Amino acid sequence: MEFSGVKRRKPWLIGDQRKASYPHSLQFYLQPPSENISLIEFENLAIDRLKLLKSVENLGVSYVKGTELYQSKLEAEIRRLKFSYRESLEDEYEPRRKDHISHFILRLAYCQSEDLRRWFIQQEMDLLRFRFSILPKDKIQSFLQDSHLHFEAISEEEKNLREQEIIASSTSLGGPKLELEYVYKIPFADALDLFRGRKVYLENGFAYVPLKDIVAIILNEFRAKLSKALALTARSLPAVQSDERLQPLLNHLSHSYIGQDYSIQGNAGKISLDQIDSLSTKSFPPCMRQLHKALRENHHLRHGGRMQYGLFLKGIGLTLEQALQFWKQEFIKGKMDPDKFDKGYSYNIRHSFGKEGKRTDYTPFSCLKIILTNPPSQGDYHGCPFRHSDPELLKQKLQSYKITPGGISQILDLVKGTHYQVACQKYFEMTHNVDDCGFSLNHPNQFFVESQRVLNGGKDIKKESIPPETPQPKQSAQKTKNASSALASLNSSLEMDMEGLEDYFSE
Amino acid sequence: MEPFDPAELPELLKLYYRRLFPYAQYYRWLNYGGVVKNYFQHREFSFTLKDDIYIRYQSFNNQSDLEKEMQKMNPYKIDIGAVYSHRPNQHNTVKLGAFQAQEKELVFDIDMTDYDDVRRCCSSADICSKCWTLMTMAIRIIDRALKEDFGFKHRLWVYSGRRGVHCWVCDESVRKLSSAVRSGIVEYLSLVKGGQDVKKKVHLSENVHPFVRKSISIIKKYFEGYALVGQDILENKESWDKILALVPENILSQDHFYVSLQYNEKGDHFNFQKHHSSLQRWEYLKKAASQCPSNIKNEKCGPWLEWEIMLQYCFPRLDINVSKGINHLLKSPFSVHPKTGRISVPIDLQKVDQFDPFAVPTISSICHELDAIFTSEAEKEENQAESDIKHRTRDYKKTSLAPYVKVFEQFLENLDKSRKGELLKKSDLQKDF
Repeated sequence: MEFSGVKRRKPWLIGDQRKASYPHSLQFYLQPPSENISLIEFENLAIDRLKLLKSVENLGVSYVKGTELYQSKLEAEIRRLKFSYRESLEDEYEPRRKDHISHFILRLAYCQSEDLRRWFIQQEMDLLRFRFSILPKDKIQSFLQDSHLHFEAISEEEKNLREQEIIASSTSLGGPKLELEYVYKIPFADALDLFRGRKVYLENGFAYVPLKDIVAIILNEFRAKLSKALALTARSLPAVQSDERLQPLLNHLSHSYIGQDYSIQGNAGKISLDQIDSLSTKSFPPCMRQLHKALRENHHLRHGGRMQYGLFLKGIGLTLEQALQFWKQEFIKGKMDPDKFDKGYSYNIRHSFGKEGKRTDYTPFSCLKIILTNPPSQGDYHGCPFRHSDPELLKQKLQSYKITPGGISQILDLVKGTHYQVACQKYFEMTHNVDDCGFSLNHPNQFFVESQRVLNGGKDIKKESIPPETPQPKQSAQKTKNASSALASLNSSLEMDMEGLEDYFSE
Repeated sequence: MEPFDPAELPELLKLYYRRLFPYAQYYRWLNYGGVVKNYFQHREFSFTLKDDIYIRYQSFNNQSDLEKEMQKMNPYKIDIGAVYSHRPNQHNTVKLGAFQAQEKELVFDIDMTDYDDVRRCCSSADICSKCWTLMTMAIRIIDRALKEDFGFKHRLWVYSGRRGVHCWVCDESVRKLSSAVRSGIVEYLSLVKGGQDVKKKVHLSENVHPFVRKSISIIKKYFEGYALVGQDILENKESWDKILALVPENILSQDHFYVSLQYNEKGDHFNFQKHHSSLQRWEYLKKAASQCPSNIKNEKCGPWLEWEIMLQYCFPRLDINVSKGINHLLKSPFSVHPKTGRISVPIDLQKVDQFDPFAVPTISSICHELDAIFTSEAEKEENQAESDIKHRTRDYKKTSLAPYVKVFEQFLENLDKSRKGELLKKSDLQKDF
């Protein structure tokens, strides 16, 4: 793609040629665009797509993906921003072209780090999933062919042999309607999202996938291809970034999505080790409180617990030296040899502070990460108590924390509705004696910060915060007066009441 | 069997690495036919030496290099890691970020400690013949799935030396699998979910996936002997309360479940408590479950309940972290367990029900056997001209290690056959004759 400083007239293609360049309303973005484009259009396209992807994110959190409400809101948003989505409309060249070019521009901004890539891929996948869901069935085959995905449908005989198994495996099939469905035979590794949840029949290394489930496969393909492409883009990035016209925009774009990640240690060293026990009951969220208790009682934590708790402690301000001392003291009480600790565990602690190996300064886990990944098993104490504990045992735990019965039942109701973070906010309100916690919880360290603010009477906390607003190149980044308004603006744009996560939790 | 004393390890290991460790077969395995250049040379090994000294990123040029180093360093433990982009022992010379783990076998680690909540006979690192059945069931269930569902052909099961088993899946395509797919495979194979805070760890949906159905069939073959007789899980109130905690309220509150019903002389219609054995109580429980109406949402009755309990008590528990990382280091087959002295030996899948971890040779027992043979051979005035290597390659054959090496060799034969088959296919495609 070449960039010109002067606004040029776009070459007008004649009717059929335009249709041919974008035969479908959706695409896999396999080929980068190759035309000249003005800087202003470059910026506008990028900003519009970013707005779209942020809407995709917000809608995905506020509504259950795939429901009518979600679909109609997303469609409205896409239409508003003039991107392509539906096949049968009139002149679709412009929206499809816009879609194509803006995707590739954002690749430049979002290839730069693991977090950015993950976010970008997630929203692009959700967008593709939506578009695919409204694609008419007869168009599916031609779309697949054009995108170079070779799925072979199996013969009637092969289907009949396996009919029972396929029906028993695929939740999307309602009853014995197999005769009407195409079934595709795909190498199992290409059907990751299906077989991992046992939602497809596997035999001898192949997945037997009904048409309805093909979407998951396609998304998997898309994710893999996009991930590879982003890695490649990152390598050629220095050349792009050296272009002074682009550098400020790309930087601005990539900073606008993430909120607080609590990796910046503005208050490192302000906590002393003997404060931790009392802090754990007063200001720690339940997940960390339980980890701390388990550590004190067992003088040990397994890997998952060490990661979740260790990074949290880093986020509240423990220095590396303090962390080493803290863990070592505790583990030695468990009859661990001090040398064994030095050899085995201290390396990992230094690693998580970014002092070993590839020197990544790991960020403390957000609530979403704790709720959605690495669930605890036997012998583990990590995870989110609201998500991972039996309601009965959660109730006992809350009773031991002296929460009132009324509060407990409110919390349990929220848990039942899968509003885990709101339940935690309720816990905050009960333990700090406030009516409204005043924030939307999405990070354990945020819980700590807010708790300290309440307990210490509203003193300011020194934290740099980058306000997560859509970039408007003319305005300078706004400084916030104190952390809470930054948090509030972050939260209002993200609407985290977790209803959208229901589909993660159903079997 | 000769009792094992950890203090003797340095001497025993010296003898083991000099005369007994099956280097030729070991190299034959990890070299994979020499088809890929430097595959063996780029493999990471890690050694744990005396006094817990741990060294990573060991790599070797060939079999003889491996032998020399192992004999020199006398490792207490050997772990096998990934095949990297460069020789691991030179990784410091590689530009930052360029040294990457590229391939590794898909591995599984099943550890008896993970079953502490459901076994009554032992806990933590202890095992006995009663709870070993858990490993037997785990091997059968996982191996069936790896073979029949995933189509994996080259699966090596190894006793870990103390309290569990490992599986090494060595197919060529499997060694190239990404971390995401490995995680997905473990997820597919997982049914028991939850830590201490969760009482009921298995929840089946109405639609039972063929994998689950087939696993339950396997468990059914062992359940009575293992759970009802051996573990006696319904022996007394303390033990059966744990099971009843998994049973929905509506079944427990059925009339006459606990409270005694009028019964006749023969003792029919005994209620749950009054039955005399786990076997009988289990039958009663199953009947009670099948009789209750399943019109209540989320409260499953009928066979699902029976299956959920069986699965919670018997289904394998995998550690996902061992399997998902391509660079994860796992104990090597034929390594010695420093605490028990047992050799990590391959398990013969044809005889998995007969496998007895307590019959596995310890390093002291096989060294003792070797000494005994050596003394008797010296008396026979063995030919002094016989080369040292020839001597060594037959030494393990004279000990109890032999049958296990045979199992390993069979595994290697299969790998070779597959490789030849692949090469033939490729040359056919290229029309080489």
